[in-house]
Amino acid sequence: MKYIGKEMSRVDGVAKVTGAAKYAAEFQVKNVAYGFIVQSEIAKGAIKKIDVSEAEKQSGVIKIFTHLNAVKTQSKGAAFAALQSDKIVFSGQPIALVVAETFEQARFASRLIKATYTEEKSVTETMKGETKPMRSPQTRGNPADAFKNAAVKISAEYTIPIEHHNPMEPHAAIAVWEGEKLTLFDKTQGVMGVRGHLAQSFGMKPENVQVISPFVGGAFGCALNPNYYPFLTAMAAREIKRPVKVNYTRRQMFTGHGYRPYTWQKVQIGANKDGKLQSIIHEAVGNTSSFEDFGENPNNFGRTLYECPNYDTPYKLAKLDLPTPTWMRAPGMVSGAFALESAIDELAFALKIDPLEMRLINYAEKDPETGKPFSSKALRDAYKQGASKFGWEKRKLEPRSMRDGKWLVGWGVATGIWGAFQVPASVKITLKSDGTANVGSATADIGPGTYTVITMIAAEFLGIAPNKVKFGLGDSNLPQAPVQGGSFTTASVGTATHGAAMAIKQKLFDLSGWTGIKAEDTELADGFLRGKIGSSETVKISDLMKKNNLTEITETFTSRPSAERNQYTTQAHGAQFVEVKVDEALGIIKVTRVVEATAVGKIMNPKTSHSQEMGGVVWGIGMALQEATEIDHRYGRMMTTDLASYHVPCNADIHEVETAFVEEEDKIVNPLGVKGMGELCQVGIPAAIANAIFHATGKRVRDLPISPDKLI
Amino acid sequence: MRPFKFTQTNDAANAVKTVSANKSANYLAGGTNLLDLMKEDVSRPTELVDISRLSLTQIKNVGNSLSIGALARNTDTANHPLIRQNYPLLTQAILAGASQQIRNMATNGGNLLQRTRCPYFYDTAMKCNKREPGTGCDALEGINRMHAIFGWSDKCVAVYPSDMAVALAALDAVVKVQDANGKERAINFADFHRLPGDNPEKDNTLNHGELITSIELPKNDMPSKSYYLKVRDRASYAFALVSVAVTFNWKGNVIMNPRIALGGVAHKPWRALEAEKILSGSVANEENFKKAAEAEMKAAKPLEHNKFKVELGKRAIVRALQMAMNGKG
Repeated sequence: MKYIGKEMSRVDGVAKVTGAAKYAAEFQVKNVAYGFIVQSEIAKGAIKKIDVSEAEKQSGVIKIFTHLNAVKTQSKGAAFAALQSDKIVFSGQPIALVVAETFEQARFASRLIKATYTEEKSVTETMKGETKPMRSPQTRGNPADAFKNAAVKISAEYTIPIEHHNPMEPHAAIAVWEGEKLTLFDKTQGVMGVRGHLAQSFGMKPENVQVISPFVGGAFGCALNPNYYPFLTAMAAREIKRPVKVNYTRRQMFTGHGYRPYTWQKVQIGANKDGKLQSIIHEAVGNTSSFEDFGENPNNFGRTLYECPNYDTPYKLAKLDLPTPTWMRAPGMVSGAFALESAIDELAFALKIDPLEMRLINYAEKDPETGKPFSSKALRDAYKQGASKFGWEKRKLEPRSMRDGKWLVGWGVATGIWGAFQVPASVKITLKSDGTANVGSATADIGPGTYTVITMIAAEFLGIAPNKVKFGLGDSNLPQAPVQGGSFTTASVGTATHGAAMAIKQKLFDLSGWTGIKAEDTELADGFLRGKIGSSETVKISDLMKKNNLTEITETFTSRPSAERNQYTTQAHGAQFVEVKVDEALGIIKVTRVVEATAVGKIMNPKTSHSQEMGGVVWGIGMALQEATEIDHRYGRMMTTDLASYHVPCNADIHEVETAFVEEEDKIVNPLGVKGMGELCQVGIPAAIANAIFHATGKRVRDLPISPDKLI
Repeated sequence: MRPFKFTQTNDAANAVKTVSANKSANYLAGGTNLLDLMKEDVSRPTELVDISRLSLTQIKNVGNSLSIGALARNTDTANHPLIRQNYPLLTQAILAGASQQIRNMATNGGNLLQRTRCPYFYDTAMKCNKREPGTGCDALEGINRMHAIFGWSDKCVAVYPSDMAVALAALDAVVKVQDANGKERAINFADFHRLPGDNPEKDNTLNHGELITSIELPKNDMPSKSYYLKVRDRASYAFALVSVAVTFNWKGNVIMNPRIALGGVAHKPWRALEAEKILSGSVANEENFKKAAEAEMKAAKPLEHNKFKVELGKRAIVRALQMAMNGKG
């Protein structure tokens, strides 16, 4: 391969650092007005009266929308829609939109709106909420009896607070109507989803809606589902007959797009004295809102990871007076892994077995859930490589047995898994006779490097230099693509890109008139259609096109997951090794070293792949040690709603992070052999850190985040 | 933010006159805190007088003191040779606060006047006596992990956020201010900030319109040992759970003139007078450090979520003293 598998800098890197890359709020639209969202101060009840008279009088104010005059959505879904009734279902719910000539005027006027409420008692504590059981996979064996009879038992409870994504770029939309046509510039992980949502909300034909989102300043799940502001923005624009822009403030980010739910988990493990797992009962309760179910089945995490004959994963949702949670990087899996991979560590400690050995004793050679083989699974190699890079063999078994001056040193390990998904996607390629190509797909690039990797794939299979490829995304007028989520973009859109390039090759082959060679034995390379090694056929593509009076060739290809995949379990795996140093007197924890060994099929671009892994590790450190959205349950109100009080790691928190890829040859997952890694890389980190802290201090902290007060 | 009148001036007397004449006028210097508060509708000045062009930026020896201009930037102050050499405690404390970008903008006077980061103060939907006197304090029985363990009242449990000020408290700094009549007065640092009592809306003892012109550090008692320790939830850019500024001289093995101030525990930098009393004239060893820390923390009254601050405070005092003694400052 000429490009795939080699390091390439981001093709959009220069645009991003010079400001040429335009984010949703930055599009210049003539005559735009600015909307500012006004939010409820109570969590549950109804608006008794909303007085906008003072606000309306202020200079620059064009119109104020409330539930009394806002247009109602035609969408029937359970998802929250703004200004639909007087009912309040969470604190921070929009109760008005002030539209003014400038953002500052709109914000100022918003402060003058006075709402009174009929208040009801809200419930925002998960363990006090009304619960409903969710569907879980079938119970395996007889977990209760097996647990009862097991020689060694572990039973422990773990909690994870609500966490917020906090991407750098706050959500924003600009809505522009031209007659019956709506153009919306949006921050989103999926333009097609927003287009469908708007079409449904307004009762329009989808083709009359265009959603544009070429650059996204981080999203991590919070821009997966259409949020409430695109409809609100477009509704306001249609009513005032002017373009309108709405931009969340940082505080509004906390109630405007969902969050990782609060999770309570109880893990019961029964094992033999040799460490063989006999029974796992992994219960979980997560919160959702009062009006919509959001479940992420965190407790399913271990079902395909460990050989264990008896397994149960009951899962419940607690309905709370909060906004609905949503997907947040490594949803479900990272939460489940924190509990189960901590519990496995507790079991290893109880049995005096090395925690890595513990995982190898219970290694699943085939999917314990279905009995299917894995399409590929180099987890054993990942453990081995990671352990060797980390120097794991020097680990002393006993907690508190390693020191560096005043610092207690601890080493921990955990495992990550994530599905190697693929979903249908379409890509259109136009190859021109001048040797350039346009590639397009309505996918997104929220940061992983999709612009770059699709450019590489197109360049590779069209046989032209990457700088001759122009890849466009984030426009709903482009061929259909899924949201960027679930770590399936490269596997899906990349496969479609490969397919479209192959279709172009076929067309050129047909034009060549060659008879002595089959199409599959030819390739596009260096501007030529030629036989692969060992054959002499060769023709310059530009000549071939000219000869046929063609200035360009266009092919659109839709890729779908193969039927063959159904015979296998397709997963990506990773092993995480962590060193912490703990100043026990002051409760200070430093994550001094992380080695992450990952088996995710073919590595397309080692450079951006490393960046992805780094990001996952950093996020895992934040989740383990810092992140928490605190709620004042008396008022049902989130209180840590800025970046000063909602902590994510800063540079000084991050030390050595080493990544290693254990490449897998896997032609079953997709023709490129690629598995996603954007979520996998985070999955085991919080558990590995908690395990390392236990090893350092002898203290097992089961409630995240592990802040200094929990260690002193 | 609400509409306001904005003026700039090169003349301090003129600035003081303008602000003094309008009860709801404010000075604007670095703006790193005030502008945030205005955007959140917490501060609602009707007039801002930009004083960033006044020439109160020098750092120089004046008589027996080092005079630090009120409008010198935090970064320039921390890195000034006279401060690095003679008051490393102050350098450490400033650099432990905020971020490089904020320190580049923030001024020394502004640092002393920054408001609490209590989330109930920032959220206008919540009750806060500091923001709106008489409405109540939602933090008292709310999320109060970051809040006070000393000197709070049932009207307010907020803590004062500055790191720099904790060092200044330990260094017995003096704040010089000027009023509309051109009169100057000097306020001992211990008297500059105040406890909430029944008037938590008042953070300090400045009269309206008084302008901080400089901060003076006494030179005659150059500390030989000092250390600033800050314990926080992440390695940088976080407010203190507890911080400790210590400075003392010693003769042989005996501590002389110890001065200890704590941050993150009260509505003002908290001078640890009990600890100082025990340490003064004592042998510098861990046993005495612990005795002093215990004595200081005896008066602590933690709230529901910050009980850990009592033990953490003790340990932080001991550690800071050890670090100072070992010359780690």
